[in-house]
Amino acid sequence: MPANTPTIAAAQFKLLERLTNALGVSGDEGEVRRIVREGVSPFADQIKVDAIGNLLVTKHGSGRNRLRVMLDAHMDEIGLMIVSDEGDGLYNFETVGGIDVRQLVGKNVLIGREHIPGVIGAKAIHLTTQEERRKSIPLEALQIDVGPQGAKIEVGDRATFATRFQRVGASIMAKAIDDRIGVATLIELVKHAPPNIDLLAAFTVQEEVGLRGAKVAAQTFAPDLAFAIDSTPAYDLPRYDGGENTQYNTRLDHGPAIYIADSSTLGDPRLIRFLSKSAEAEGIPYQFRQPGGGGTDAGAIHRTLAGIPSVSVSVPGRYAHTAIGLCRVPDWKHTLALLHAALLRVSPGLLADERR
Amino acid sequence: MSDIKPFLKSLISVSGLSAYETPVMHLIEERWRPLVDEISLSKLGSLHGLKRGSGSTPRPSIAVATHMDAIGLMVTGLMDGFLHFTDGAVVDPRVLPGQAVTVHGRQDLPGIIVQPPARFLPEGAGDGTVEVQYLLVDVGVPARKVAELVRVGDPISFASQPVALTGETLAGHSLDNRASVAALTVCLEELKGIVHAWDVWAVATVQEEINYAGAYTSAYELRPDLAIVVDTTFAKGPGANDWRTFPINKGPVLGIGPNIHPSLHKRFKELCDQLEIPFGIEPMPHHSGTDAYAMQVTAEGVPTMVVSIPLRYMHTPVELIALKDVQRTGRLLAAFIGGLDRDTLNSLSGDE
Repeated sequence: MPANTPTIAAAQFKLLERLTNALGVSGDEGEVRRIVREGVSPFADQIKVDAIGNLLVTKHGSGRNRLRVMLDAHMDEIGLMIVSDEGDGLYNFETVGGIDVRQLVGKNVLIGREHIPGVIGAKAIHLTTQEERRKSIPLEALQIDVGPQGAKIEVGDRATFATRFQRVGASIMAKAIDDRIGVATLIELVKHAPPNIDLLAAFTVQEEVGLRGAKVAAQTFAPDLAFAIDSTPAYDLPRYDGGENTQYNTRLDHGPAIYIADSSTLGDPRLIRFLSKSAEAEGIPYQFRQPGGGGTDAGAIHRTLAGIPSVSVSVPGRYAHTAIGLCRVPDWKHTLALLHAALLRVSPGLLADERR
Repeated sequence: MSDIKPFLKSLISVSGLSAYETPVMHLIEERWRPLVDEISLSKLGSLHGLKRGSGSTPRPSIAVATHMDAIGLMVTGLMDGFLHFTDGAVVDPRVLPGQAVTVHGRQDLPGIIVQPPARFLPEGAGDGTVEVQYLLVDVGVPARKVAELVRVGDPISFASQPVALTGETLAGHSLDNRASVAALTVCLEELKGIVHAWDVWAVATVQEEINYAGAYTSAYELRPDLAIVVDTTFAKGPGANDWRTFPINKGPVLGIGPNIHPSLHKRFKELCDQLEIPFGIEPMPHHSGTDAYAMQVTAEGVPTMVVSIPLRYMHTPVELIALKDVQRTGRLLAAFIGGLDRDTLNSLSGDE
């Protein structure tokens, strides 16, 4: 293994633990940004926080005719915002980003920059009727309870699930794997930036509320091409009737998922081919994400300026946008290995091919 | 008065589902052992601690019963490395998606309750509440390993961690009824400094959540002259505000109804006034839904009383109680026991 090859070991797990346990709901990513800055500072040529809160890192290469390659991972996560103080330690809230309200009931949460603990309860089953239990509990009926004395919480404070990172065999269980695993991967790539490119790392904000950070970051960097690193849903679950699951999107243990088409982007075919060929040459497993809905920051990036050839690569993960996500360590390792190997292969002629 | 919070936190950091109470039983046994004269297990697994009274023999006895079992789930099948489960109809299925659980297989496995996407379910089943039969548990290990470690019938418990909230409250799973076990522990500690004539049976019952099997059998074995059941009741809170609910941090709640001996109810009320302990009155027009239902009709019948601790979000992983209510309940029990004398039994009348 070449000396400058990134690996996933104790330090990387610790970093991912800090990143997933941090509170960084869209529009309030500061806690995550601080961890990222700490991670990349010793390795960056330039670091800048832009007007929207993106952390933009430049690492220059040394070769001639270097391509400017943007790598993107979003720092924000879905979550909640306190919208009113109802007294006695009870607070009403709204959701931020795509959350199924059914996933909020009976959860521990952390509120604000001080991580004040609270719970979202549900009334006792004994006090409900069967008819009532058939309908899901609407958002208006849910409140965050921090205890009868209340706490130093203000309207506008963000909240998220209180889930703590844990490793279980080859699996990782944590909240906000989407997209802290992309952030952790990108930090490693900055640390191990290959000399043949100018590496432009965008740790973006507000992906979950409309890919807003990525748009600004791409406009600033004006790269030749871009890779969005994210976590894509793995729906590799059994069907109720035992029938074949043909709509799995991605599957765990099948390596990094390369995006071909989602609801906001058609991946650049040259880059899709480049990634799959790099994986094959290096013996790294990979999978194509099933074309379908969803999207990543690539949706904003590829239509920026006069157009930026883009593609997304994701670590497959189950149960995104819920209290506990699950992904596999080998998939993470292979994603990092694929991206690093691909970056090493980026040559000025990469985009000279025809799209086919 | 000792701080009961660390003990109660420890009680809700372990499992102890109905019929599988051993993990929590060990913690209670360890804590009670120095507080009682004898301690033993019933044939069904209820914990019996005897603290002898100072009266001459034959001494009457009082049992204070708190169930130690907790609600939970059970594996009903394995499917491609995922688990199907049942909730025994004691959990609102709406609190299940996305919960952290522990599957008690050949080894304890952390798991996640999964609500599959609607497209993997029958038409319409993915809208609104997804029924328990369609939910899955993912334990994050390969299918062949799951098959090795997990079998049909393995219990599954909530894995939520205890969390201290403001106003001296505590949230977590199984506070129903570990909060009452803690109150009984406070009572036993208080009794170290109180002369009591009667024998006291401190009882942590099993299987209350299923069919009161522990209460029936412990009452039969111990034949107490009186029984006080301590359980949790519904607290006022989001979505819960009618006559069945009581404010937290405003003291214990005294039951009244067919499962409660009227004289005992009256004595407890008078005692609360005397001790200046605030209290609520809980109408229990039918079945009290507690161990008292069973103990009252054991053998020749036992005069029973129900004292309850208000609890928010019952049967969810984030049940919430006020620690002060636990302390007050313990103090009230100890004072009641201290006041029992040779004439108490004779003075009980249904016609007051």
